[in-house]
Amino acid sequence: MADLGTATRALPLAGFHGGSSTVRLEAAPPAERISLRVRAEDVAALSGALGVDLPVKPKTSASANGRTALWLGPDEWLMIDESGTGIGNGLMQAAQNSGALHSAADVSHRNTAILVSGTGADKAINAGCPQDLSLKEFPVGACSRTIFGKVEIVLLRTAEDAFRVEVWRSFSDYAFGLLSEGARDAAVGK
Amino acid sequence: MLLIHCPYCEEDRSELEFRWAGEAHIARPENIAAITDEEFAEYFFLRNNEKGLTYERWRHIHGCGRFFNAARDTVSDRFLMTYKAGLPKQPIPTAEETAAIAEEKTVETWEATEGDAR
Ligand SMILES: [Zn+2]
Repeated sequence: MADLGTATRALPLAGFHGGSSTVRLEAAPPAERISLRVRAEDVAALSGALGVDLPVKPKTSASANGRTALWLGPDEWLMIDESGTGIGNGLMQAAQNSGALHSAADVSHRNTAILVSGTGADKAINAGCPQDLSLKEFPVGACSRTIFGKVEIVLLRTAEDAFRVEVWRSFSDYAFGLLSEGARDAAVGK
Repeated sequence: MLLIHCPYCEEDRSELEFRWAGEAHIARPENIAAITDEEFAEYFFLRNNEKGLTYERWRHIHGCGRFFNAARDTVSDRFLMTYKAGLPKQPIPTAEETAAIAEEKTVETWEATEGDAR
């Protein structure tokens, strides 16, 4: 008989694997995330409390202590914490400790992420994303909310040939499927 | 692919990231409970629908999320300029400035970019 006393969390992309000779696709491990809105005068207080300087330049991110702050808009950031073993409320608590006016929503389980790496990573993403992913226009550390086929994503370049694709969990199998096709196309002729 | 300059992201981005949001610079009446039905209809429903130069609100919905204003030619679909929400109606670029913009940002057509594709 099944053990009903033990709940196991099913990850949205558990068991998914894909890629090609030039692109590797992996489901990212669980991470804590908050959607953060802060007015300009309170950015310093939130930066101090979170331990990461919230970037104020468009399309940039900042990382420290396992946390990454991604600029999404003039008063909006996505914070990702990959330092923990499980998903707690560390980011929510830290934001609250700032004592400054802000809005924080825990989106740890709303989002999941796909790690795209390899020499064809940019081409695989460009299969559904209209942004210029050349290193000049989208350098390491650059991030942007954008569109990928029919779904919205937040894209972060983690290395010259590696990206993190943040996507809503209910759209994640679509995103993984389109990335798989992009990965195959990126390898054609290689 | 039409490129639109977002005044908040400070760069040209694909039209796929944007959504049109109607005519710009329509002020909500301050005494909205007191105005007549005709005045309300004028404010709420009636739009100029100009052929040629129009001022419009656009939203960078799949980007920074911001609303902003744009001056656009509805005949050519060319964006003459964009500027941040809350700013007063900006002067239309002169003919020379418009020509310079056109020179700089040639509209990509299928014929020009894909016409030779087999
Ligand atoms: Zn924008």
